[in-house]
Formats: sequence, structure tokens, C-alpha cells
Amino acid sequence: MEIVTSILAGILFTTGIYNLLQKQLLRIIIGTSLISHGAHLFILTMGELKRGNPPILVEGVTNYVDPLPQALILTSIVISFGVTSFLLVLAYRASQTNQTDNMDELRGNEHE
Amino acid sequence: MSNLAVLPIIVPLLAGIIAAFIPRKTTVVRIFSRVMTIVNLAIAMYVGFEVYQNGSIILETGGWKAPFGIVIVADMLSVLLVITTNIIGVACVFFASRSLTDKQESFYFYTFFFLLITGVSGAFLTGDLFNLFVFFEVLLMASYGLLVLGGNKVQFRESIKYILINLFSSMLFVTVVAFLYSVVGTVNMAQIAQRVQEVEQQGILTTIGILLFFVFATKAAIFPLYYWLPKSYIVPNPVVSALFGALLTKVGIYSIIRVFTLIFIHDTAMTHQLFIWLAAFTMIFGVIGALSTNNVKLIVVYNIIPAIGFMLMGIGLYSETAVAGSIYYLLHDMVVKGALFLLVGAIVALAGTSDLRKMNGLIHHYPVIGWMFLISTVALAGIPPFSGFVGKLLLLQGGLEQGNIAIVIVGLVTSLLILFSMIRIFIRGFWGEKDESFTPDKKKARAFAWPIGCLVAITIFLGVGAEFVYPIVADISTYLLDPSLYIDSVLKE
Repeated sequence: MEIVTSILAGILFTTGIYNLLQKQLLRIIIGTSLISHGAHLFILTMGELKRGNPPILVEGVTNYVDPLPQALILTSIVISFGVTSFLLVLAYRASQTNQTDNMDELRGNEHE
Repeated sequence: MSNLAVLPIIVPLLAGIIAAFIPRKTTVVRIFSRVMTIVNLAIAMYVGFEVYQNGSIILETGGWKAPFGIVIVADMLSVLLVITTNIIGVACVFFASRSLTDKQESFYFYTFFFLLITGVSGAFLTGDLFNLFVFFEVLLMASYGLLVLGGNKVQFRESIKYILINLFSSMLFVTVVAFLYSVVGTVNMAQIAQRVQEVEQQGILTTIGILLFFVFATKAAIFPLYYWLPKSYIVPNPVVSALFGALLTKVGIYSIIRVFTLIFIHDTAMTHQLFIWLAAFTMIFGVIGALSTNNVKLIVVYNIIPAIGFMLMGIGLYSETAVAGSIYYLLHDMVVKGALFLLVGAIVALAGTSDLRKMNGLIHHYPVIGWMFLISTVALAGIPPFSGFVGKLLLLQGGLEQGNIAIVIVGLVTSLLILFSMIRIFIRGFWGEKDESFTPDKKKARAFAWPIGCLVAITIFLGVGAEFVYPIVADISTYLLDPSLYIDSVLKE
């Protein structure tokens, strides 16, 4: 099972990085969210995917899954939500002000 | 009593929250922020005094024992860096009202400022790898806010790149934490350090170490990963540049110092040798950048990079003298970069241009700013009575002790070129004929001079008063090179 999810995380990273290297701003943002999905899936995988009960204390149940990676992922998800929403608004404002969303045109020395 | 350790994080956090309620009342929020930064500096100094007297303060948050809860570890290194951070904070908050417009100030500048201080202090004080990631994000989110504050074309353009590179390295950080968790089964730094020594397969740990180095190297702008830094540091307001230049990259280098003296020390022949190479390239490429431009802001920004190279060199050499040199240089560089960025901001505001070719004879109009700039320049280059000298001397001594002549030569040549790149601003901008048509704004210059003067005074103290500071730094170096001291103090076995 870990092999499958590792490969899936790898595919998410690959597609994310491919999108990150594109010129259109929106594609780049899609790339960042794909990468964060990959990272979160990877944390879950690295905490071992053995069968067990959800980590909620119930009487008579002994085998729980590891609760720590779940807490780490939850933290990481909200952080990347925050950053992504900021980035989306920034991309909106930047494309309005600069009249372009092409990364090739967002450079140069004329405004220094 | 051990709750003292968390105060340098809590106080700016609360101050930031309170400042968020009164953004439009500019005078009130200005006075409030000035008072709070000074209070916070006083608290940090008191914590420093306690740590100096009684040894590290370990705070187990929520009363959970060390490897299970989050620990806040205030040892001498963290506390010194927190104090330096707050000194920069005080200078910047007093400078802010003079350099920002009222509109920028009323749009939550002080809230972001306090959150930045919270994140930086938290990153220095934490004893937990995932918590370090969270504090990185706290300071990065605040820095995104500060970077776009004002919202002109160039700021939008450059902040997109800055955010993307930081977002990517943050995701890499999370991935590396997951890797490390799967190998050692913990995220507490002391326990990781303990378990790393017991793990049999050292190869995977070296891989994780290098990955972690790449994460921190992106934040600290080390040789192949510094390309994002120059442009994004010149676009914001000077006071924001000063905060960034003095604090953000230093958090990266602190993390490298911490992680590679505590956790990944099993294969120093490989990792630390790599650091020496990268340090040499960082110095060379940074100083080439500084020589390549006539934009005064860009010259100072590029000078961040060779300084990072010097600190990395000390970690790479990994001997007591060299690590002490790194730490001394780190303290000196935070203060002197803060001073230089504020000075350059003042020069650009007073001269009305950032192009060196258009400045002339400013010393006739602004003698105080000019002489402070000269002092900061020679301090940066490492001329004896000032602070840069002590750190560089220790670093080069450490290099010679290990017979690594090449890095010593690179270090010396880089110092010369740093001096050349900076003194160019002084010669071209401040010397020359008095321009009679230029009407100086003496009142503004005086207002700018005060906060900068305090930082310059500290730079001079760090150089002249090396006898007071050096024993502390030497103790820290001994402490860092023996990880069992840290592990025992946190895990209390």
C-alpha cells in the first residue's frame, strides 16, 4: 500500500513541478496546490498505512492508527490554504495592475 | 519561572493583535508599538540574563514531558539572537513612521511587523522541527504582507516570485519532516538527535540532511539558491527591506547551525565539506553581484549573500574557533545589515534617486548620515576596531587551523571586494563638489539619524567591547559542538 501511495505522491509532485514551470500565472498556482497535495499524501504514507481504528478513544478498541501525522497534515493543510488564498488574490491584483498574467512579461528593469 | 522562555513570542503576538484593532488611529498605534517593542526588548534581555546566570530554560508547553509535547528551548544562542532581533525591531519601529506614508502605516503595518518578530523569535526558540516549520510560516506570511504593502506594480511582480519560491521550499520542508519522521519516529529535535546516533543505516540520514539543508539554504540564500533574493528585497519600503535583510536570511542560517551541529553530525566528511564549497561560491557570486550594479539598494542587498557565505564557512569548518566565528559574525551581521539598509533607505529618500551616478557631494548636506555610512561600511568589511573584524578573524583562524588555505584566500579577497563595492557608494555619492541647486531636508535627515545611530553604536560596541561578548560566544560554540549537552537539558535523563 505504501508503494502505491508513494508513487501517487511522486506523480503529484511531478505534475505540480511541471505546472510550476509554465508561463501562465494560474497554472503555476495550480502547480503549487498539486505539490501541497503530494506533500500531505506523503506525510500520511510516511506515518505507515497499517490497518487500524481511527484515533478516537473508544472502550475495548486497542489498535489505533498513528495520530501524529494526521495532526501534522491538518496544520499543513490550513497553512497552505492561507498561502494559496493570498496568492490567488495577489495574482488577481498583479494581473490587473500589470495588464498581463504571463510570467515572461513580468520582468525587466524599466520600473526600478 | 520557566514560562519566561515563551514571553519573547507571546508579547509581540499580543501586541500585533491589539495593533490590529486600532489601525486607523495612526498616532496611537505608533506610540503603542514603540512602547511594546521596548518592553519586549527589556523582557528578552531579562530572559537573556536569567539564561546567562542559570543555564538554558526549557519550557514544556502544556505540562507534557519533553518528547511528547512541544518544547521551547531558550539556550544562550537562541536568547542572544532574540535580543538582537528585538534591537533591530526597536530601530525599525522608530524608523517606520519617518519612512512610511500615513496610508501605508494605517494598513496594518504594525500588526505585520509584530507578527514577523513573533515568527522570528519563535523560530529561534523552538525545540521541535514541525513547530519550526509553523514559525517559518508565521514569519513568511507576515513578510508577504509587508512585501506588498503599498501595492505598486514592481512590488506585485516581485512578491509573486518571492511567495512561489517560499511556498515551494515550505512544501519541501514538510516532505523532509515526513521523511525524518518515518526514519526516527519523532519530530522533537533533541530526541531526533538521540535516535540519529542509534540508527544503523546512515545513508538515508545523509540524504535527509542534504534535503533539509536545501530547504534552509533557500531561505538563507546560499549559492545556487539565492536568485530570488536581490530583486524582491529592493522593492518594498526601506524599513521593510531592513527587517528582511537583518532577520529573514538569518533565521535560515540559524536553522542550519542548529540542525547541523545537533542532528546530522554522523557524516561530517561529506556534508560539512559540501558546505565549505558552497560557502566559497556564495561569497564569490554575492560579491560579483554587488560589484555589478550602480543601484545603491541593490549593492547592499547583494552584500547579504557573501555574509551568509562567511557564516556557512564557519559551520563547514566545524571547529570550536570557526563556529564561534560564525556566531559572532551572525550577531554582527544582523546589526550592521539593519543599519546599512536603513542608511540606504535614508540616502535614497534624501537624494531622491537610487542611481549612484546621479548622486554627488551629499556629505556637504548630510554629514552625520555620511559618517555613519562610512562606519557601517568599514564594519561590514571587517576593519579592526569595528565588529566585523572579530568574526572574520575567528573564521579565518579556524580555516588556517584546518589547513584549508583556499577558503581563507577566498574569504580575504571577498572582504576586499565587499569593501570596494560599499566604499564606491561613499566615494561617488558623498564626496565631490557641493551641489548648490540641491535643497537639503535637514529636519528629515535628523529624524532618520536617530534610529540608525543606535544600531551603529551597537556595531561599534560589538567591535570595541569584544572582550565582553567573546567569552559568551566561545561558550556557545563549545556547547554547540557537544550535542549531548542540548539533548540532556531537554530530555532530562
